[in-house]
Amino acid sequence: MARSKRKVPGLNASSTADISFILLIFFLVVTSMDTDTGLARRLPNPPDPNQEEEDVKVKGRNVLVVQVNMNNEISYYYGDQASRVFQANVQPSDLYTIAKEFIANPNNKANMPEFHPADPPLPLLGAYPVTKNHIISIQTDRTTKYDVYFQIQNELVRAYHDVRDELALARFHKHFDDIDPESDEGLAIRGVYPTKISEAEPKQYGGN
Amino acid sequence: MPELNTSSLPDLIFSILFFFMIVTSMREVTLKVEFEVPSGTEIQKLEKKSLVSYIYIGPPTREYRAKLGTESRIQLNEDFAEIDAIHEYIIQERENMQERDKPFMKVSLKMDKNTQMGIVTDVKMALREAWALNIVYSATKRQ
Repeated sequence: MARSKRKVPGLNASSTADISFILLIFFLVVTSMDTDTGLARRLPNPPDPNQEEEDVKVKGRNVLVVQVNMNNEISYYYGDQASRVFQANVQPSDLYTIAKEFIANPNNKANMPEFHPADPPLPLLGAYPVTKNHIISIQTDRTTKYDVYFQIQNELVRAYHDVRDELALARFHKHFDDIDPESDEGLAIRGVYPTKISEAEPKQYGGN
Repeated sequence: MPELNTSSLPDLIFSILFFFMIVTSMREVTLKVEFEVPSGTEIQKLEKKSLVSYIYIGPPTREYRAKLGTESRIQLNEDFAEIDAIHEYIIQERENMQERDKPFMKVSLKMDKNTQMGIVTDVKMALREAWALNIVYSATKRQ
C-alpha cells in the first residue's frame, strides 16, 4: 500500500486576535481600577438599652471640646470652669497644634489632662505616666458640612500620629510607621497615647 | 509587498487582557448619587476588598433630580434607601462574608463633601446599632 502523504490542514487562527480584542474591551468596560482610600476610624459600641443611663464623670481638664456651628465655624475649649481656655473661629490646622499639646501635655499644665502611671504596666516602658483619661469630643450641628468635620478628624488623627512618632523616635529611635503595631514597641506607644476621639457627646461637669 | 506576520497578535492581546483582569476589579454598582469625597493627609489604603461594604451618600444624579431633588440621599447596593434600611443591609452583607472575615468587616462611607452632618450622624448611629464599628471615611490623598 502506497502511503499517500496527507497534510494536516492548518487551523485558521486569524480571528483569534479579534476574539481576544472583544474580551479585552469587555473587561475594560466592566471593571474599575480605582483602589479605595480613606480615613479609618472605629465607632464606639452601641449603647446598651438595659443599662441605666450612667453619667460618665469627666473632669473638665481632661476634655477638649471641638465645636462646629451651622456656619461651619470651628471653636474649641478645654480646662475646667476656673481655668477654661476658649478659642473661636479657628482653622483645622490650629486644632492640630492644640490637640498635640493637649494629648501629651508636655508642660504639665493644670488645665490639660492629668497623668496617671500606666496600669497595667506597658511593655518596655513600664508604669509610664499617661494621660489616659483625656477625651477629644467633636460636636457638630446637623447642618454642618461633612467636609469640615472630615478635616477636623484628619487634623486630630495627624496630631495623634505625630505625638506617637515623636515618642517612638525618642524611645526607640524609629519612626512610628516603621514599628509593627502588634509588637511590644507598637503596643507601648499606643498605650501611652491611645486614640480618644469621642463621636458621642460626653456631658460636661464642673468641679476639679 | 511582503505581508506582515500577525500570528503573534492574539498572544499579545491575550497578555494585555490578563494584565487588565489582574489589576482591575469588578465595578460594584451603578451609582445613582454623585459625590466628591474630601481630601486629607492621613489616608490609608483599603487592603482587602472582600471585607469592605459601601454606603454612598450624595445628591442624586441628573436623571433622578426631577423626582428626588438635590438633597443628599443614601444609596445601598443598587437603590436609594432610607436610614432604617442600613441595619438590614449590614446584616445582609455580613451574611455574605466568610465566617473568619466577619470580625474584620469594614464599611466605607463614600460621602459628598457638601453633605450635612445630620445625615452622617444618623448613618453612624445606624452602623453602631448594627455593630459595624470599623468605618472608613472615603477620601483622596492630599499632599
